[in-house]
Parts: sequence; structure tokens; C-alpha cells
Amino acid sequence: MPGFLRVLKFGAENFWRNIWLSVATTLIMVVTLFIITTIVILNLLANVAVDQVQKKVDLTVYFKTTAQEDRILEVRSQVQNLNNVETVRFVSKDDALAQFKKAHQDDELILKSLEELDENPLEASLVVKAIRTEDYEGISDFLSSDRFSDVIGKVDFQENKDVIDRLVRIANTIRKGGLAVGGAFVVIAILVVFNTVRLAIYTHKEEIGIMKLVGATNWFIRGPFLLEGVFYGIIGAAITLAMLYPILNAANPKITAFFDGQSFDMVQFFSQNLLWIAGGMVALGILLGIISSSIAVGRYLRK
Amino acid sequence: MIEVSGVSKDYAKQKVVALDDISFTVNDGEFVTIVGQSGAGKSTLVRLLIAEEKPDKGRIVVNNWDVGLIKKKHIPMFRRQIGVVFQDFKLLEKKTAAENVSFAMEVCGRSRREIREQVPKILDIVNLSKRADLFPHQLSGGEKQRVAIARALIHKPKLLVADEPTGNLDSLNAWEIVQLLLKINELGTTVVMVSHNREIVNAIKRRVITMDEGKIVRNQDSGKYIL
Ligand SMILES: Nc1ncnc2c1ncn2[C@@H]1O[C@H](COP(=O)(O)OP(=O)(O)OP(=O)(O)O)[C@@H](O)[C@H]1O
Ligand SMILES: [Mg+2]
Repeated sequence: MPGFLRVLKFGAENFWRNIWLSVATTLIMVVTLFIITTIVILNLLANVAVDQVQKKVDLTVYFKTTAQEDRILEVRSQVQNLNNVETVRFVSKDDALAQFKKAHQDDELILKSLEELDENPLEASLVVKAIRTEDYEGISDFLSSDRFSDVIGKVDFQENKDVIDRLVRIANTIRKGGLAVGGAFVVIAILVVFNTVRLAIYTHKEEIGIMKLVGATNWFIRGPFLLEGVFYGIIGAAITLAMLYPILNAANPKITAFFDGQSFDMVQFFSQNLLWIAGGMVALGILLGIISSSIAVGRYLRK
Repeated sequence: MIEVSGVSKDYAKQKVVALDDISFTVNDGEFVTIVGQSGAGKSTLVRLLIAEEKPDKGRIVVNNWDVGLIKKKHIPMFRRQIGVVFQDFKLLEKKTAAENVSFAMEVCGRSRREIREQVPKILDIVNLSKRADLFPHQLSGGEKQRVAIARALIHKPKLLVADEPTGNLDSLNAWEIVQLLLKINELGTTVVMVSHNREIVNAIKRRVITMDEGKIVRNQDSGKYIL
């Protein structure tokens, strides 16, 4: 590319010549990039939330108090052999009692009444974790069938399922809504940059005519306008990045609180992936800019 | 330098035949004047000579380039071998005389050193050294046209095409411009000039091609302006 610096200079001049329009165009770019970033972050958070809840999900099988030990072990090994089951944990009657006591250690009344009983009233249980959330339904059906009805009292799963379904639905809504809103802003940004570059081409009509007349190459004629679009993208991305950090910092406590302080730090995530995020945003900005200016140049600088 | 054979061009939508089967040759180093009534097709011919348009029929070869077949990507290279001047100067109002010339060199990728060295020399050829830093609105018509000619000279063209270069000038300024074109021609550049100025055409005693309704009706060495 001969005279790259000169073409860059012409492009920068285009940017400065109509500075207020350039500022407005850059702002639209910032808004678009910001919204897209927000959507990506929301998606990320929704996925984290779904993941975390899914990790907490399990299926508990409560045995009847009358169930015999060998029958319980048999059920356990059958469940273990299902190929969509990840882990099976056995909680014996004694374990259950110990857990119960621990959970209610401050409650004298309950502990007292427990001691009055001469037998352990709690059931033994199996805590089953499936490999995928969708698998619980099948496992539940399997365990609820007649052949285990002699030992199994109840299969507890339904409750969690609703929560997960709701979360997955929310995540999907965010994804779809995000796609629609993001798409709309992408179109707006492209149209605005397109129009600005078109205007720049129009105001440079004389120069362009002279350039063609004296034998300037296409690169010299089109380059400045293509670069003008790229400028909007780069500057827009830089401003968005600069804005994002303080905003995330302010929002972080709320996000952390939302996840019960559990293992998700947005600011940390942002810092750790800064290179990716910055690179992605600049790339997206440049892409939007170059698409817009290419359309403008293609339409108004053909000959 | 120029070989036109059987060239036709019409503007289909307007149903106008702008050029109708014209043929002529211009040799290296010649100074040729093209005259004719308004609408005779002179500017159309100029547009074909500089590859701004292509002929519908026939062949037109300029400086060994077949204009009808020239590829888009080769047009810049082609244009760097010819200079063009118009009646309306086509100067950039926001640039000085010198800047108008250096802009043309910049966009053709010339080095800064070259531009710094060449611009004063070229302005000297057109006798504008003293006006180098004035803007077009501060210059007379003749001076503006000299800036345009200076700009056309940046590539040291083998051919200079001028479409009514004196059309907007009074007779004194017109004479100066024609003297300048003759001087450039003497320095070795072939010149094709479209003109409406009878006095000048008759006085310079060069070849005259007369056009009428898209046809060449006269082609004479040392010709006269006869319509
Ligand atoms: N772009 C165009 N579209 C349609 N018709 C055109 C176009 N350019 C020229 N013409 C027609 O072609 C014919 C020749 O025009 P041209 O401009 O070549 O004449 P000219 O000899 O230069 O006239 P003048 O002395 O007035 O400049 C005219 O009838 C004109 O109306
Ligand atoms: Mg004309």
C-alpha cells in the first residue's frame, strides 16, 4: 500500500473536517458496542447462573424405613450402572440422623423430642447426580417404577426442575432478546456510519474528480473513506472499553450478591480476559466501520 | 500519438448521436485544434481521448493504449501519461496555487522531496512563481487556467488535451494561455485543443479539425476556423 501515511492523513482530515458529525457517529458506535457488550455480559451471567443451579441439582431417593439393607445396596448398584448417572452417594439412616441433629443443634425442643423416640425415624437415601440436567426425568421415571415400589418411598426431584426450567427460559429470553436488540443496533450503527461516509464522499466530490483526472490510484481515492469508517470503529471501541471498567466496578457487588457471593467476580473476569474483550471489541468496531464505509464507497465511488 | 478509426458514440437514452464514424490521426509533437458548433461532439471526443468514456464502435488508440479495451485498474497509469485542462479550471478553492499542484502529486504517491523540488519548477514554466501562495479566488481567470495547466504537467505528459481552455477568458488572457500551450508543445508535448476562438485558431496556423453533428467535415494542416 503506497503512501499509507498520506491516505491515513486524508482519512483523519475527513474525520476532523466535520467534527460534530464525526462525534455523533462515534457516539452511535459507542452506544452500539456498549449494548452488544452488555448483552454478551448478561448472557454470560445467565449461563453462569444456570450452570450454578444445575450443579446444585440432584435427585434424592428416600427409602422406606422398612427397607432391607441388601435390597438398598441392590438399588444403589443398579442406579450406579445407569450410564447417564455421574455419581451416587448413599446416606444411611445414621448419617441422616447426624445431619439432622447438626442442622438443628440450636433447637433444644426438636433434639429432646428426637431422643424420646426409641427408633431412628429418618429414612436412608441415595443422592444421585446425573451427567446432564435432561437426564433426571428418565432416572426419576426409572426409580418410580413398580419394581422398586417395595423399598423406595419417594423420589424427590420435581421442585428443582421448575427452578431450572425457569432459569433456562430466562437465559433463552436474554439470548433471543439480546440478538434482536443487538442486531437492531448493528443495523443502526452501519446506517449512520454509512451516511456519514457518504456525506464525506459528497463533500469531497471535487477532490475525487481531480484525483481521477490526474491518475490517482483507487487506493488513494477510496482509502481515506474506508479508513474514516475504521476510525469510528476504533475510537468507539476505545471509549466503550474505558467506560466499561468503572461501570463493571460499580455493578460488581450487586452481581456478586446475586450469586450469593459464590465464585463469580465480574471485574476479575474482565481483567483476566481484557485482551480478548478489548481485541474483540476493536475487531467488532472495525468490522462495523469497514462494512459501512465499503457500502458507501461501493455505491458512490464506483467509477 | 492518437489514432481514431471509425469511432461512434451515442447517448442511447437521449437518442443523440454524439460522434458518428470519425477517423483521424495525430502524430507525436503535433498541435491540433478541434473546432465546431456547440453540440458537434468535441467534448465527447475529449472524454474518449482521456478514457472517461468508451467508444460504442471503432477503435481509439492514445499513446499506445486502446481506450476501448483499457482495464479499470490501468486507467490511473494511462492518465499519468496525459494532461487534461478544462474550460472551468477545476481548481480546489481552499488550496493555494502551489497546493493545487502539490495535491495532485500527493495523491499520485509522489515523494515529499520530489513534490518540494518539482512544484516551483512547474509553476515557473507557467510563469506563476509569484502567485504560488494565492488562492484561486485571488487569481485572474488566465492565472487560474495556468494553475490548471501546471497541474496537468506534473507527470510530464506526452499528450495534453485542452477542452476550450480559453472559453472563460478575455482575449488577452486567452492569448497568453495559447502562447503557453504552444510553448509546452515546443518542449515536446503533443497538444489537442478544442477552441471556439476564431482569431486564435486562424492566427496560430496549426492543424484544424472541424466537426459538425458528430462528423469530421474538414481536416486541414495550417487550417482556418470555418463553420
Ligand atoms: N452525458 C450525456 N448524456 C446525453 N447526451 C450527451 C451527453 N454528453 C453529451 N451529450 C450530447 O452529445 C452531443 C455532443 O455533445 P458535446 O458535449 O460533445 O458537444 P460539444 O461539441 O462539446 O459542444 P460545446 O461546444 O457546446 O461544448 C450533444 O448533442 C449533447 O447533447
Ligand atoms: Mg464541449
